[in-house]
Amino acid sequence: MFAPVPEGGASEQLFLGGMVRHDTLAQIFRSMILLAAAITCLISADVPRVGRRGDYYAIIIAATLGMCLMSAASDLIMVLIALETTSISLYLLVGFLRGDAKSAEAGVKYFLFGAFSSAVLLYGLSLLYGFAGQTNIYGLSGALAAAGLEPGHVLLVLVMVLVGFGFKVSAVPFHFWTPDVYEGAPTPITAFISVGSKAASFALLLRFFLAVFPTYEEYWVVVIAVLATFTMTLGNLLALVQRNIKRMLAYSSIAQAGYALIGVAAVAADNSLGSGAVVFYMFMYTLTNLAAFTIVILVERVTGGDQIADLAGLHQRAPRLALAMFLALLSLGGIPPLAGFAGKLFLFSAAVDAGLVWLAMVGVINALVSLYYYLVVAKVMYVDQPAHADKAIAVSRPYVYSLVVTVVGMVLLGTIFIGPWLNWSTSAASGLF
Amino acid sequence: MIINGETIAFAVFAIMAIVGGVGVAALRNLFHAALSLLVALFGVAGLFVLLAAPFLAMVQILVYMGAIAILIIFVIMLTQRVAGMREQYNRQWILSGLVALVVFGVLLMVISQLGTPENAMWNPSAVAATLPDDAGVAALGADLVDANRYVLPFEVAGLLMTVALIGAIAVARED
Repeated sequence: MFAPVPEGGASEQLFLGGMVRHDTLAQIFRSMILLAAAITCLISADVPRVGRRGDYYAIIIAATLGMCLMSAASDLIMVLIALETTSISLYLLVGFLRGDAKSAEAGVKYFLFGAFSSAVLLYGLSLLYGFAGQTNIYGLSGALAAAGLEPGHVLLVLVMVLVGFGFKVSAVPFHFWTPDVYEGAPTPITAFISVGSKAASFALLLRFFLAVFPTYEEYWVVVIAVLATFTMTLGNLLALVQRNIKRMLAYSSIAQAGYALIGVAAVAADNSLGSGAVVFYMFMYTLTNLAAFTIVILVERVTGGDQIADLAGLHQRAPRLALAMFLALLSLGGIPPLAGFAGKLFLFSAAVDAGLVWLAMVGVINALVSLYYYLVVAKVMYVDQPAHADKAIAVSRPYVYSLVVTVVGMVLLGTIFIGPWLNWSTSAASGLF
Repeated sequence: MIINGETIAFAVFAIMAIVGGVGVAALRNLFHAALSLLVALFGVAGLFVLLAAPFLAMVQILVYMGAIAILIIFVIMLTQRVAGMREQYNRQWILSGLVALVVFGVLLMVISQLGTPENAMWNPSAVAATLPDDAGVAALGADLVDANRYVLPFEVAGLLMTVALIGAIAVARED
């Protein structure tokens, strides 16, 4: 995986019959996904009914492989197979809690929505193959141009592909599954879906749109900018009224996908800055969300509940956990010196550079709105009185490792590692064109 | 439009596929819907034959009709609660029907703009003529295990099946 990337563009970097491409974008997203998978396994260790099951970890490994392939897939066939490997493994993991009605409902709901969006995506991909006569995504844009199609034909395909990817990143209006699935799934799996699956889908989205539709930028920039606006706004507004911490984080993750879509919209006009910002943002989001979910799991185990109120007085019971959660919330909200601030800054400046000033403004307003619900959780932790102050929160070793890695990463990424990390992220863009 | 054996066969198979598909969605009895699925799958198998893909047609009949559809019928018959179900509409069927019609209209509009027979890309016989001579089952088999063709998707698909199997057992077994 960390083998050096071959020089010389797509022709040198395609492997196994052009099915996968080994470039910096794939490399950086794979490290993100493997980190997310490792931490998911760590934070599963003490979760009842999943932590001691071998089959559970086997399915996680398959899902991870699917996500890694998604970040590198460069052929329509590989795109579909990688997506399905990821999705089907995740459907199973979401419904893994046998006899738990919520988990079963979440699994079925995820499966039905997923099957529907996969079908639309597959229809889009097969039309694309029909128009262009080939399946490698680096040959498609040339073949589409040679076929002499009306823009309407390509736009139809573009919308269908966007439905498929929009479902995976839970963009509005394809987000309906998100809150129920996040709430019903075993909590480590919620964490895994919220970061791993989302990161892999953004990798695929960036690669696919830039490789296949470069000549139709004027259309899809508008579509994605509108999608980003709705996703951010709806996610944040609905997060404001949630009482369940997993549902709150679900709507928060919808909103975060909206911010990352700003970067995708900016990619078209200013290549390296926009995609670099998306990559940076997804990395910081991976670390931050994993930290937040680690604490949710720890608290859930002691209090038996996943309401925001169950975090009450966390500061008195476990000051270090409260501090870690506080940092994660600040990072999600975008407060310096944490990674979330740098991430949002790069996204919004990429949007301004691309001439999408209005989109950057929408993003800033949304970031301010989101601070409210993140800080409400902080207030509950620090000010409210705990219901069971005497019950200590035991933190076993895997959880300590997970928290140390994520919190330290989050702080370093927001301070001294900004420069090198942004360089690596923007270098990922060079392979995309 | 020329009326010959091919067009007539196409019409027959296309009607089977469409009528079968509508039946799956619209029949009130779930068992009849499953039988209707068989008709739709047979229509698609016929279309594969017309597109010069006899192997796919055979797989369609053996796997989809022979295994999957029969499995669905078994599941319906063995599940009392589902077998007795006579009503599969909910209150949103009008709305979803409208959405389906709109999508169909858009697709029809876009695709009908493509069809000129002289444009080789939309012409099945012309596509069949571009296929290499050895485009048979043997070539398909060789391609699936060729490191420069489709070995990676083939292997990953195999893994996907294994995971689905593990998962199905994990979710369904009695603890």
